[in-house]
Amino acid sequence: MRIGVVTFPGTLDDRDALRAIAQVGGEPVALWHGEDSLRDVDAVVLPGGFSYGDYLRAGAISRFAPVMERVVDAANGGMPVLGICNGFQILCETHLLPGSMIKNAHRAFICRDQPLRVESTASAWTSEFAEGEVIRIPLKNQDGQYVADERTLAQLEEEGRVVFRYVAGATHGPEGFEENPNGSRHDIAGVRNERGNVVGLMPHPEHAVEPGFGPDEPGRGTRTGTDGRRFFTSVLGSLVA
Amino acid sequence: MPRVVVHVMPKPEILDPQGKAVAAALPRLGFEGIASVRQGKRFELELEGPADEAALARVREAAETLLSNPVIEDVVAVETVEEQA
Repeated sequence: MRIGVVTFPGTLDDRDALRAIAQVGGEPVALWHGEDSLRDVDAVVLPGGFSYGDYLRAGAISRFAPVMERVVDAANGGMPVLGICNGFQILCETHLLPGSMIKNAHRAFICRDQPLRVESTASAWTSEFAEGEVIRIPLKNQDGQYVADERTLAQLEEEGRVVFRYVAGATHGPEGFEENPNGSRHDIAGVRNERGNVVGLMPHPEHAVEPGFGPDEPGRGTRTGTDGRRFFTSVLGSLVA
Repeated sequence: MPRVVVHVMPKPEILDPQGKAVAAALPRLGFEGIASVRQGKRFELELEGPADEAALARVREAAETLLSNPVIEDVVAVETVEEQA
């Protein structure tokens, strides 16, 4: 299965995403923002970073990159698309996912291993998790506060489209942000579209795929966390299903 | 060349962390009496042709499409600036 990872100018985590795909037995395919082609991939990852320097708004310029037209078409056709961090911001700017991200409520960059509760396994990227399970993957952002109007939030809740929620258990953080690291509405860390093929989240599964290089797992050891693997095994499973 | 200025502000119901940071810094510098601050963006667009209704309509469209994100921001004003002599 060929899984593409798009590199924009200013993308940082494309290599880790490509590596994560290879780790679970997928075929990683590097995609370039300026190309008008998805190179026959079966799924796409929009990785984290600061595409176009976050100029204007995070993700705002990337939305108009030539490759994004293909991504939007493919996503509307049912292709699995995962947006991580800046990739999530891009998916919101393209309106493939509702809402938007603004600056963290405490106004600082935050980086920590973040516990998340899996709220929906009805997506191409989360089918191998158990509903209600708490996983731990790294979080690192400045503009990570998820916002949407009340009507949109109610609809997301009603339709079970909140995929991940921030929960307690992080080792550090600013006072008042022990659970929710950035002030996101309804503690939302990730959402999906109606069909479940498009998922976006702020934390980084691609940094938690290999023992020795992942997040710390309290009680189990340092850098042992590999909860991010199942995002990628889930999509491989959904593609052969 | 005529210039059009577009003003974009965070929606009133959206928390504005940058504005809050500025508001918190003002009294530290001795600027008292300012109850709150909201921070927006100002874009200056130079037009190649005249700033007629058609051109302004295109600018408004650009303002709603790229210059602002309607989920979190409002385009509060689109105004033509007189050419300097």
